[in-house]
Amino acid sequence: MNFSEVFKQSNQLCKVSPDGKYLATCVQYRLVVRDMSTLQILQLYTCLDQISHMDWSSDSLFILCAMYKRGLVQVWSLEQPDWHCKIDEGSIGLLSSRWSPDGRHILNTTEFHLRITVWSLCTKAVSYIKYPKACQKGIDFSRDGCYMALAERRDCKDYVSVFVCDDWHLLRHFETETQDLGGLEWSPNGCVLAVWDSCLEYKVLLYSLDGRLLSTYSAYEWSLGVKTVTWSPSSQFLAIGSYDEKVRVLNHITWKKITQFEHPATINNTKAVVYKEVERRPAVGADDLSLHNITIGTTLFNTQSKYEICPPPVQIPVVKPDPDRANPKIGVSTLAFSSDSRYLATKNDNMASVVWVWDMQNMSLEAVLEQCSAVRCFQWDPRRPRLALCTGNSKLYLWSPAGCVSVEVPTEGGFQVQSLNWHCSGDSLILLGKEQLLKLTETQRTLEYTSGLPSHTHLAGNV
Amino acid sequence: QTFFSPEDKDICSSSECRTPPLRQFSQSSLPLHRKSYMLSTFCTEQNVQECQSHINQEVSSLGLQPVWTESGSSSEMNVVAVLNCMYDLIQMHRRGLRSLENMEVEQLKSSGNVDYLQLTSTRLKEQLELSKRENTGLLERERQLQLKVKSLQNCLKNEKEEVQKLQNIIASRASQYNHEMKRKEREFNKLKERLNQLLIDKKEKKQAIDVLNNIGRADGKRSLWKTEKTEAKHEAEMYKALLSDYDTRQRELLLENAELNKVLQQMKKDMVSILSSKKPILKGDKYQDDGAQADSEDEEEVFDSSKESVELYCVHAREKLTNSIRLQWRRLKSHVERLDSQGSLHAALSLFDLCTRRNLEIQQCKDFIQTQQQLLQQQLSSPCDEETASLLSDCYMLQEKERLGDEWKTLEEQRTIFERERRNFTEAAIRLSHERKAFEEDRATWLKHQFLNLSPFPDSKKPPMSKSKSAFLICECLLFYNLLFLFTNIFILESIEAFNSFLSKIRDENVTNFASFSVNSPASC
Repeated sequence: MNFSEVFKQSNQLCKVSPDGKYLATCVQYRLVVRDMSTLQILQLYTCLDQISHMDWSSDSLFILCAMYKRGLVQVWSLEQPDWHCKIDEGSIGLLSSRWSPDGRHILNTTEFHLRITVWSLCTKAVSYIKYPKACQKGIDFSRDGCYMALAERRDCKDYVSVFVCDDWHLLRHFETETQDLGGLEWSPNGCVLAVWDSCLEYKVLLYSLDGRLLSTYSAYEWSLGVKTVTWSPSSQFLAIGSYDEKVRVLNHITWKKITQFEHPATINNTKAVVYKEVERRPAVGADDLSLHNITIGTTLFNTQSKYEICPPPVQIPVVKPDPDRANPKIGVSTLAFSSDSRYLATKNDNMASVVWVWDMQNMSLEAVLEQCSAVRCFQWDPRRPRLALCTGNSKLYLWSPAGCVSVEVPTEGGFQVQSLNWHCSGDSLILLGKEQLLKLTETQRTLEYTSGLPSHTHLAGNV
Repeated sequence: QTFFSPEDKDICSSSECRTPPLRQFSQSSLPLHRKSYMLSTFCTEQNVQECQSHINQEVSSLGLQPVWTESGSSSEMNVVAVLNCMYDLIQMHRRGLRSLENMEVEQLKSSGNVDYLQLTSTRLKEQLELSKRENTGLLERERQLQLKVKSLQNCLKNEKEEVQKLQNIIASRASQYNHEMKRKEREFNKLKERLNQLLIDKKEKKQAIDVLNNIGRADGKRSLWKTEKTEAKHEAEMYKALLSDYDTRQRELLLENAELNKVLQQMKKDMVSILSSKKPILKGDKYQDDGAQADSEDEEEVFDSSKESVELYCVHAREKLTNSIRLQWRRLKSHVERLDSQGSLHAALSLFDLCTRRNLEIQQCKDFIQTQQQLLQQQLSSPCDEETASLLSDCYMLQEKERLGDEWKTLEEQRTIFERERRNFTEAAIRLSHERKAFEEDRATWLKHQFLNLSPFPDSKKPPMSKSKSAFLICECLLFYNLLFLFTNIFILESIEAFNSFLSKIRDENVTNFASFSVNSPASC
């Protein structure tokens, strides 16, 4: 594995362009655009204030930088560095800013969710959308970029508006049967919209593109309900993670539950492989504590870790959340399907250091990864069934059906991996620390090592 | 004459039921008389003395005064003593009778008591029995009540737990609601503040966009006005998208359906074939199987005639298929059960054989895999330093490498030879071309000379003829040489081409060989 140099970034704002050629990062009030392969600086732009949010347009030609405190959005062009665009929301304030799928409109949500302003970069025209809902996920664009679904709230009732992104024409506007809409998401094929209620009521509604209610799903009443919802990339499955520590999977033909995955504290399943991270502190002898050694290496104090395979039954460490607090840290909060829809990775909040990997073909548990500290972020390789995760220490962990490895990030001064992003080709990873970023490229050898081996050799090692 | 004492009379009156024995006694007293009458044979005139002594003895044994004293010459008895004795005896007798009566009365009393006691005891036993039964009944009821109590306690516990759970839910919902309320209140306050601020603020910062120049649309097309036509177009596109999705889904389902139907048909065929092949073995069920065969034949006919899977979309055909499969499956199941119960030793043995063989195979494979894994681990974990690593990295291919090296060397040599020859040939070709040019020039001059020398006069000089002839000969020679050279050139070029292709082939083979070898031996990471 090749590790690049460490570069500075602020606010965890680091995005790869959609075409995979460029890497944009923010350092305070500067926007730095680098070439993806060489990491050389191509362009440097300066904004008027500290950048709160940054995003690429879909055609990788423009970048928007939003500064929420000042209520400003600046748009930069990659082709014409002299081109500039500044959107000032004025006294109405700015809460969030995003691109439209065609890369030519910017949607700004004003403060207090008063309205959404649609700015056109082609015509300088402005449109307004009233009564947007303030919830977990109130806007979603369909994958083909044709439609936008927006959650609205009028007169204490929830509505969904479907707009055609071409000319912002309101296609459909219908009331939803939710008490308090929590979020909505298009299926990857763009034909079904999943709408779910807030956590006070377990209700998932499925609407067709033309606004018809296809199905309603409610697993139980009264207890806290849905925490997260994810579609599988093939649009076949809808996975619902809830506060009762279970994941329920619905199928796209009947919209009924086909299976449910539970996260028990004791694992008795003999077919699943349980990987446990074991840390090994290097023994420091008295002679080693010379000044030379101390100055040379924080590697002296770096803990080595590797994975061990534990035979069942295995006990998982559970942290009981405070029952009096709202939004308790219990239940399945993160779900991710692999790109071929074969695997589903889940994380249960009261077992925060464990990632569960489920096989969707057999509807069974495939692997359990128990880390030494709480898992911060995990993401599937966009090309292969390979999961990368990080726990806030200086290591990167990779799981594939062949086995599990832990990779030490070799930097001086320590690099705490807070989050990671795969490149769209699946060949490199961007690791983000507190104020740093690092690019990890794989050589052919590591690719085979981690993904090409036959499945009966379960490798547990470190690279 | 019976002599009744007053006591007797009393006894007689006191006990009503006592009269019979008295009567008996009174009756029995008669036999005494009679007995006494009969006992008169005790004493005769001959044995008076003995009788007297005997009676004396008897009387004295009874504690009475002797009747007769021995010292007396007179054999006459003391009448007074005798009478006294008799009176005493009678008194004694009466007393005895009285005590007998008393005892009989006592006996009567006690028998009455006994009866009474028996009655009471049976009554009490019955009562005891009854109360025991009641007791068991009560115990049973108590047991049932205890069970009920336990179940009720369980219910209570469950209800308490349920209540606790509901309370927890209520508590969490309440905290969630409170949290939301507080959040909304905070937002509301912020909104109020902002509103105040805006009302106070004189200058309002307007929204504005400042762009250097408008940029074109992403797809390069011009934007259209919003008209009914565009709205209709959007609707149409939306429905098109939905329809195409339904189309693809339906197609997938059709394919799946067709496959499943095929599988069912295949299963049915297999089952029928299995059942029909087993027919000769079981003679007892021949009739049944015949019937089954006929049945299945019927169905086969039906299905043979409608081979197209399109027919199976009809509900009836589908049902027929599933029913026939269910029937065959049932038959197969019963057949297998029959086989099991019959304990077909042969089949079992063969199965057992197969199992053991398979197990052996599995074991062998496992061992093989184990050794492979060990070797792999060894390779991965062996501490190899640079030199040994580099040495060992290609250890598998050493022989091949050497052979290839040798071949390469020979090929190189041949190549150099070919190159040299080629160079020679090119030089020869160049020389030839020069000579040819020279020859051409010569020829041209000669022809010129000839032409110039040509005269209508017949006295042309002879010597130029020979010159021309020789030149002609040389020309021919050179042509021939030219052609020869051309052919050899072509031949050489072709051989060089072949050689080159051969070399490239060898090179490619080499590369792939090395590549595959390097993948298979990860000696160093």
